[in-house]
Amino acid sequence: MHTSDRLRRAFLAPFRGAGRSAAFLATGVLVQVGVLFVLGLPWILFVPVAMWAILLAVLGPLVVVVLAGPVLTRVQRDRFRTRLGVDIPPPHTGRRPGTAEWLRSRAGHRQLRYHLLDGPLLALAGTVVLAGWAVAFAATSVYVWIWLVPLDWRAGHPGYSTWAAYVTTAGVALLYAMGWSSGALARVDTRTATVLLGPSREEQLVRRVEDLTESRANLVDAADAERRRIERDLHDGAQQRLVSLAVNLGLAKATLGDLPDDARRVIDEAHREAKEAIEELGHLVRGLHPAVLEDRGLDAALSGIAARAPLPVRVAVDLPSRPSPTIEAVAYFVVSEALANVVKHAEASRAEVVVERFGAILLVVVSDDGVGGARPDDGTGLAGLAKRVASVDGTLSVNSPVGGPTVVTVELPCAP
Amino acid sequence: MRAVIAEDSVLLRIGVAKVLQMAGFEVAAEVGDGEALLAAVEEHRPDIAVVDVRMPPGFTDEGVRAALVIRRQWPDTAVLLLSQYVEERYAADLLSANTSGIGYLLKQRVADVEEFADSLRRVAAGGTALDPQVVSQLLVRRHSDPLDRLTPREREVLELMAGGRSNAGIAQQLVVSESAVAKHINSILTKLDLPQAEGDHRRVLAVLRFLGVA
Repeated sequence: MHTSDRLRRAFLAPFRGAGRSAAFLATGVLVQVGVLFVLGLPWILFVPVAMWAILLAVLGPLVVVVLAGPVLTRVQRDRFRTRLGVDIPPPHTGRRPGTAEWLRSRAGHRQLRYHLLDGPLLALAGTVVLAGWAVAFAATSVYVWIWLVPLDWRAGHPGYSTWAAYVTTAGVALLYAMGWSSGALARVDTRTATVLLGPSREEQLVRRVEDLTESRANLVDAADAERRRIERDLHDGAQQRLVSLAVNLGLAKATLGDLPDDARRVIDEAHREAKEAIEELGHLVRGLHPAVLEDRGLDAALSGIAARAPLPVRVAVDLPSRPSPTIEAVAYFVVSEALANVVKHAEASRAEVVVERFGAILLVVVSDDGVGGARPDDGTGLAGLAKRVASVDGTLSVNSPVGGPTVVTVELPCAP
Repeated sequence: MRAVIAEDSVLLRIGVAKVLQMAGFEVAAEVGDGEALLAAVEEHRPDIAVVDVRMPPGFTDEGVRAALVIRRQWPDTAVLLLSQYVEERYAADLLSANTSGIGYLLKQRVADVEEFADSLRRVAAGGTALDPQVVSQLLVRRHSDPLDRLTPREREVLELMAGGRSNAGIAQQLVVSESAVAKHINSILTKLDLPQAEGDHRRVLAVLRFLGVA
């Protein structure tokens, strides 16, 4: 059973999908016959003799075919999709180009080459293969129809039965050959069409880069929106509840005068912890996405960071309009992290934050008068920052000679 | 003394009401947005309005705008603004006209019940209460040289002064004697080229003028 199964599969292998391939080749031939009909139409209608008439008869239909190029391309794409399930993407993205534009484009030239050169040649080969199929079927079934041949011919050729055996054998061989060549020709056509009707390698890469850029931007925006949502939820929920709790504990502390000492201590402790929790939650929320940034923009948010810093920080924000929320968030966290580093490592006495826009670039510079020697790769938050900056196609550079000063410069893309 | 509360978060509104009652205020009305606040102030003419900066419908600065209207139309009503974060422009807007009976505190200060009650009484009595963070943020903005001449301690004292504290309050906060505070203040006023003034209020005015908001 097992062996016979395998044998059968081996015998039938060349015919797998052969019908589909043959039908595909047939449609290809049909399309090219159509084109040929248009090209030959003047010659069918009249016989041009004069030079100008011949020229017109040749060029006229040619112009029609060239102008019908985009339609032919669509027809061919449909053929590949419906017959073979092969999807050939259009070389242009978005808007369909106009005829003049299409004619001038490299993609247009490639498509015309398929319609006028490669396509006809492939259709010719397809015709040969289809004819081969017909011959093979006829030869294989010779014993079925041999009786139709006039009796006196058979009487005149006594060896015809032996010949018929040869013909059947040759027919079977031809069947195998056609099964294989149908598939092969369909593959060649597919490859040719993919190259000539689809986008070129360069166009594919361009499109891929566009897609990736867009999906990455969406991802970054989505992450940012999610952070803002969590910030809102925490602020409206947990934070309010904690404040309410702390108020109640504070009221208990203030109004319950005749409490035993240990009860007072417990309330004291709880009140203090509730306030600390509010403080910590505030830190957490600011680390996610500070509300002041969303409501009031970079200037107000950075002033807040500067005010909380334990050293004097000068902030100068000069922006004609607000950047996108994502860019604002990146700029905010760059400054926040850079100042945290200044506090932790720089031993600086003052720092300065400058935010300006030059054309399509948002420039953020954080400098201090500390000891220098900071490196982006030594485990400080700078490495993480560099990644966040890179996610929006920005650049981060750190200039920090030993002995100082340290200057962190960040450039972010920012549509004016 | 009577008070009106405008705050859209119910939990916080209840908390503020409790502290107001503890501080000896009668809560005349509790509302959730700017329009209702103005109506309530017109109806009750309270001594103080405690107002959230961010309220419906826009959730931006409805409270500040309502506060400015209250200052103009009912100057006898003191206003204490509560904000989730510090926005010094609000403080500047509010303080530019008149610095009496005005306060600007972060919401979380409500939890420091007794200090918050102090602030409420001070503002209702025509004084000032500025959040320490507001003050330090205003200081960030002003980088005039005279400030650099101050010692860190003097800076601390100046911030507390700007917050509306009396000498006794500052002394208590910094755990020093009142005479030490007075000495610091003299030194500050000299360094900042400000003539010595009488009374807490004029002193605060001087500080705020120096900060550039008054």
